[in-house]
Amino acid sequence: MIQAINLALTEMMGEDDSVLVMGEDVGVNGGVFRATEGLHARFGEARVLDTPVAESAIVGTGIGMAMAGLRPVCEIQFCGFSYLTMAQLEGHASRVRNRSQGKLTVPMVVRVPYGGGVRALEHHSESREASFAHFPGLKVVIPSTPRNARALLRSAIADPDTVLFMEPKHSYRAWREEVPEAPEQLPIGKAELVREGTDITLIAWGAMRRPAEQAAALLGEQRGATVELIDLLTIAPLDVETIAASVQKTGRCVVVQEAPRSFGVSSELVTVINDRALMYLEAPVARVTGFDVVTPGFSREKAYLPTAGRIADALAATLDF
Amino acid sequence: MPRSPVAHFDIEYLQILDPEGKVDAALDPKLGKDELLALYRGLVWGREADERMLKLQRQGRLGTFSPSVGQEAVSVGPSYCMGKTDWFVGAFRELGGRLMRGHRFRDILLFWNGREEGSAIDPALRTLCDSIIVGAQVPHAVGLAYAQKLRGEQAATVCWFGDGATSQGDFHEGLNFAAVWQAPVVFICQNNQWAISVPRKLQTRSQSLAQKAIAYGMPGIQVDGNDVLAMVVATREALARAKRGEGPTLIEAVTYRMGVHTTADDPTRYRDEAAAQAEWAAKDPILRLRRYLEAKKLWDEKREEALREELRAQIAEEVKAFEADTTFALDAPFEYVFGTEHAAITEQRAEFLALIARDAEREREEAGRG
Repeated sequence: MIQAINLALTEMMGEDDSVLVMGEDVGVNGGVFRATEGLHARFGEARVLDTPVAESAIVGTGIGMAMAGLRPVCEIQFCGFSYLTMAQLEGHASRVRNRSQGKLTVPMVVRVPYGGGVRALEHHSESREASFAHFPGLKVVIPSTPRNARALLRSAIADPDTVLFMEPKHSYRAWREEVPEAPEQLPIGKAELVREGTDITLIAWGAMRRPAEQAAALLGEQRGATVELIDLLTIAPLDVETIAASVQKTGRCVVVQEAPRSFGVSSELVTVINDRALMYLEAPVARVTGFDVVTPGFSREKAYLPTAGRIADALAATLDF
Repeated sequence: MPRSPVAHFDIEYLQILDPEGKVDAALDPKLGKDELLALYRGLVWGREADERMLKLQRQGRLGTFSPSVGQEAVSVGPSYCMGKTDWFVGAFRELGGRLMRGHRFRDILLFWNGREEGSAIDPALRTLCDSIIVGAQVPHAVGLAYAQKLRGEQAATVCWFGDGATSQGDFHEGLNFAAVWQAPVVFICQNNQWAISVPRKLQTRSQSLAQKAIAYGMPGIQVDGNDVLAMVVATREALARAKRGEGPTLIEAVTYRMGVHTTADDPTRYRDEAAAQAEWAAKDPILRLRRYLEAKKLWDEKREEALREELRAQIAEEVKAFEADTTFALDAPFEYVFGTEHAAITEQRAEFLALIARDAEREREEAGRG
């Protein structure tokens, strides 16, 4: 996935002079995860900016550049450092369009590696997509595979609004996928129907897509039930139609989220299903989530993260309800 | 030697026009008659507009706003020096400067009356909306300036903020970025001595705010902020430096907030109004330029009356236009959430309109029964 992200950045910078990347260590070093590798040599230090260590100013100056017509792609190294950008994202990036009645806009991308599973330090493994998705006017996108990461990042850079692009870093180098030669874009605000099924809907995003796929396969083998798997891809704005249509068809649903349980995206999904598909439900919507605790250090992170087994159990229990 | 000085710094103070209206001949920028009169007009325009706003607010015809009485020179001087392609990034006490920039007074009134439409400024004007969050606009200005540099424009960005903003992280982060990038930006601190109720001495232990520039590796200068000629000279020097590719400058404009922080504030709770008013009224930026113009035989009572009358008539017309603007779409916020259409927003907009229509119907019914 990291190569796909690098490919999208290289392509977009080559296609459009107004695209630039900025952040800590993104220049000569090529980024702590190597997402910006080779860009400095290719596009120069004026468009590949190694910034001082100051997250609010990375996003704040990005807002200024975007208002002036550039398309900055800011890198915040880890999700735990992204809270320092919240004031600029909520107070300005997501509001400039309304404040100026459309006269000024902030077409900016803020890339944030997030999530656990890579044995990192404190503040490096959080999943805080819900915190940002609550800001009106801010788009929150989470790719899950190399191919959709490249396509979505291209779309995010081309998008007229600020996009928080949260990359599941556990998926950076976890597996390989062919990415087509021709540039692709995927629509922002649209979920992906990963596999069709008739018995139960399973919703996941980011790093949780893999265990969700494994659980769906497992259930098929064990019980012959077909699972309809949806990968949200965009958290905000949410693709309510795809979710509602699927649950109306299957009548059952399990939601998987890596983040803490309460006040998260899964809670919003249960509400959407309540609003749109209550009368179709054969069982309560189940959730497989992280816990309302500080994201644990790596000795305990395996125990914390939802697994294919836990997801399969929730699917089975919902089918048996 | 184990201990020896590493560096020495000085901070200059600049005043050209003193409170008696006398100009320091050595520092005189020797502005032409038209230039001097344009600056004077800008100062009076700002003052008259501000005083009119205060009356409107007290009459309940305008929302809460932040007056800039006594601080007109800090934005009028620099605004006068700016080119059309320079970016104007203000906080919320730059009324005179905004008017001089070409921002319509009726739009400013709309904005302070809670109508985002007032901020719909023609992008060709390169003027940002007021930034209510203290100091948040500093990084924005640096980003705008970086874009100007990247594109090789012969242009710069001027960014205002108050003394309180220098305590904010965004101020420090922004100045640091600007210096590292050698971005063409001029920072102007409106040091009006008060951050709501907190005096300058509780804001920082720095001897001056200008010296904060030293830490970032850029020039800093302290200027008499009630001296419009000093503001012009300091800004011209800083803009020229920025446009030569020599990076940012910090100007500390020493002034005083003569009135309230906002119309919702009561300064009698925390400061001695009488003493402050007397001291600073003697340093008034308009008064001292008028004295200078009169000594040069460029101004007299008759011209003063004519100017005030002209500006008041113009202000009255703008107020009329502002109050006549009844095109008020309650659902406008739904229009500007995203640049792309999204079903949930479209749906919520329809729901919102249906709900307010129903509330209106209920009110009519209740009125009918009453």
